[in-house]
Amino acid sequence: MTSAHPTVQIDQPIELEPIVNDFSITVGTVNGSGSQTSNLTILRAIFKMGIPVSGKNLFPSNIQGQPTWYTIRVNKDGYLARREGHEIVVAMNPETFSEDLEKLVPGGVFLYADDIKKDIPREDVVAYPMPVKALVRESDAPSSLKNYVANMVYVGVLAQILGIDLDMIYQALEFHFKSKQKPIDMNYGLVQKAAEWAAENLEKRDAYRLEAMDATKDCILADGNTAAAIGSIYGGVHLTAWYPITPASSLPEALYEYLPLLRKEPETGKNTYAIIQAEDELAAVGMAIGAGWAGLRSMTATSGPGLSLMTEYVGLAYYAEVPLVIWDIQRVGPSTGLPTRTSQADLTQIYFMSHGDTEHILLLPGSVNECFEFGWRSFDLAERLQTPVFVLSDLDLGMNQWMTKPFEYPDTPIDRGKVLWEEDLEKFEKDWARYLDIDGDGIPYRTIPGNRHPRSAYFTRGTGHDENARYSESPEVWERISLRLRKKFETAREMIPKPVVDSKEGAEIGIIAWGSTEPAILEARDRLINHGIKTNFMRIRGIPFSYEVGDFIRKHKRTYVIELNRDGQMYQLLDLNYADRCAKLISLARLDGLPLTARWVDEAVRAKEEELT
Amino acid sequence: MTDQKTSSKQRAKVNIVGLEKSDYRGHPSTLCQGCGHNSISSQIISACYELGIAPERIIKFSGIGCSSKSPTYFLSRSFGFNGVHGRMPALATGAMFGDRNLIGLGVSGDGDTASIGMGQFKHVMRRNLPLVYIIENNGVYGLTKGQFSATAEEGLYLKGHGTNPYMPIDIAWEALVGNATFVARSFAGDPKQAMELIKAAISHRGIAVLDIISPCVTFNNTDESMHSYAWGKQHEAALHEFSYVPPREDIVVTYEEGEAIDVTMHDGSRVVLKKLKRDYDPTDRAEAMHILEEANAKKQLITGLIYIDTSQPSLLDIYNLTDTPLNRLSEGHIRPGPETMKKINDMMF
Repeated sequence: MTSAHPTVQIDQPIELEPIVNDFSITVGTVNGSGSQTSNLTILRAIFKMGIPVSGKNLFPSNIQGQPTWYTIRVNKDGYLARREGHEIVVAMNPETFSEDLEKLVPGGVFLYADDIKKDIPREDVVAYPMPVKALVRESDAPSSLKNYVANMVYVGVLAQILGIDLDMIYQALEFHFKSKQKPIDMNYGLVQKAAEWAAENLEKRDAYRLEAMDATKDCILADGNTAAAIGSIYGGVHLTAWYPITPASSLPEALYEYLPLLRKEPETGKNTYAIIQAEDELAAVGMAIGAGWAGLRSMTATSGPGLSLMTEYVGLAYYAEVPLVIWDIQRVGPSTGLPTRTSQADLTQIYFMSHGDTEHILLLPGSVNECFEFGWRSFDLAERLQTPVFVLSDLDLGMNQWMTKPFEYPDTPIDRGKVLWEEDLEKFEKDWARYLDIDGDGIPYRTIPGNRHPRSAYFTRGTGHDENARYSESPEVWERISLRLRKKFETAREMIPKPVVDSKEGAEIGIIAWGSTEPAILEARDRLINHGIKTNFMRIRGIPFSYEVGDFIRKHKRTYVIELNRDGQMYQLLDLNYADRCAKLISLARLDGLPLTARWVDEAVRAKEEELT
Repeated sequence: MTDQKTSSKQRAKVNIVGLEKSDYRGHPSTLCQGCGHNSISSQIISACYELGIAPERIIKFSGIGCSSKSPTYFLSRSFGFNGVHGRMPALATGAMFGDRNLIGLGVSGDGDTASIGMGQFKHVMRRNLPLVYIIENNGVYGLTKGQFSATAEEGLYLKGHGTNPYMPIDIAWEALVGNATFVARSFAGDPKQAMELIKAAISHRGIAVLDIISPCVTFNNTDESMHSYAWGKQHEAALHEFSYVPPREDIVVTYEEGEAIDVTMHDGSRVVLKKLKRDYDPTDRAEAMHILEEANAKKQLITGLIYIDTSQPSLLDIYNLTDTPLNRLSEGHIRPGPETMKKINDMMF
């Protein structure tokens, strides 16, 4: 084998303390080159070895040819948030070769495609060349696919260097290619060849090793968007209307995949569902609202720009009291922003969505498993409360693969809320009117088109209306209906998922967070303990805030509100809701498009603590 | 007096489903006296009554504007949804999936459809949603006090707004180009034809566009205006003498060879198009385009059935939906059983 760089010669073998199951691997490739398959294969193989692992794809808004990175973190203690350190770097992209080399920690491993003719000026790292082109040339892959399988070379070399079990790689490929033997063999063949080449030609001179553990067997590896789609199917979704947008598209796309498996009428093979790709988000949400009104469990999935377009229709759904579920897979805004980067910056937009006085129900899943759970639960809430329910996920949670508890079958029956069919209406005699609060909880009873009872029909409108759904401009009527809607949201307060709290004996400082930042915060809390700072943690899972949220703030000397946005949006909402105790709240917020790290949280809390004490 | 009322009620005529015409009424109209839209509301009431459709089988939709208010003024016993401006088609699309046995009836205006709603209008055409889509077209924004709409002809002068400098949009043309399967034009001043066309549109399984010139007596009814009563009366050129034959009526209409065209609809009803001055075949798309071009050039108000295609499946036909309406499926039908959960988890890695 020839190489642009001779294998780095180290005069004396260094005695290295092995670093086992605690490091990060970053792969720099060109997007559209098929590297995602290789990266997922590594991730899955490590997972199958029983080692806690996470993978994050940092990709450009581009189809082909731009730099893209994938970071895998292995951590025996189960800390799986993004971290800044790069112990192992795979350089497949000439354009970012030097930059990727710079990222490495001293003593780190630099694997590079040997056709990249660039200097490796660092002497504090271990460099291994990989004869990517030569191995691909020798492989039996058809020429049209050679470029795609090239990335399997680093899978094989990494497997050899780090000790990834090749059987696990085979299982990962089997999964990825859905047991199609031809691509499995082609890719695995190259992995094997590369591993063999590395065994014969590379002398291991670094400290990093993987060793099988038993820490993942109760988990699955899945992404939040797929989980959300499957959860929605168990929630009985009838109609999905959507418009393609990164990073939400994979949610409806998973519906196309899983609905036919789960939701055909057994006797006839006919569909109990429909999916429509709309012409834009205005239409997508309009269709979902029409369907929700017509008694279907309906949903849409979008991201920031789509939400902006949906705003007007959402106001109608709120005021006309139409149930539907809207998933927001958050990316970085305003405007087009960073379409392929993650954020938690749509919170206040959704909270206040629409002109006029509005309030909305927000669910905030913090894990892939919770995306599944809120997938079905959101429909029960939407129909029970007759209003739009928003579920705020994000790109990191939605599109990356996470270790998570397996999905659990819904523990409560489907709740269709206060719906009156023909026979139910009979019992109501003169009492029923569409917007009449009969039960005193702010939630009226509704009928559904198709109901043939002569008294079932009503006219739904976004204009002022009275209890009978009749047009009205009366000041009294407007105020009465508007206040009744507020009452409905008071009822909702105790129906939405309660926050999750983790307490430490004697802690006086609180941390509040929401969504996908939990792993960074859990890790940071352990780091903070090492610095003598004990914290209690509350992860908010829904809005309107339940009683526990205000109580948590009251009980703590001070509470840090940590989130992935510039302005501290959750902090703003807490401030608004708990004005009497807002002096106890401290906002720690940042947004650079990347998932939060434990280090940042740790340092930010400590800096503030030093300032205050 | 009371007795007289009772006896007149006893004598009231009922239709095939046992309902009186009053069962099809709506609330009193709040539109201007003489508004074309009120005439169209009356024709909708008559058509539904005569067809014998129970009001509960109809869902009304509308957007925003004078036209979109009108669903309040007919069929009070039907469900209705008055959506946001220009976006009635999306609302109707979602709602029609609830129960496929229902008939969708949408009312929009030229502002609601040809300006703010053009995008949704075009897309509901290509999806062939089973929906009667009536555009009450008056060339003007009424509720906001008389601004030009996108269907106003170039050169139209409106008080307070000057002369319209822009070319108009022809809704029937847009429908045709958008692959609509039923395109008709009518005139509120020709109520009989409008009613027959509404009946045929209701029988059509797919999108049925009815562009009805419906004069605005307050803001756009001068004799020169192409959306006025006077202009319509003078320039209407019916393509044919249009009549609708319900499925249950076995009427044998005999015409001389080449004198009439007979189209059978999905529900077994027929439309009979008796030839007037010219041969016109509404199943020929190219001819339909040609006649619209010609009408524009000659400044004629072409009315009648411009185009019909009964061979295309409707949106709801292509989804292979259950026979039970989706909105009446039980929990057992919409939540997969507990035994499937393990299978799904096993499908994850």
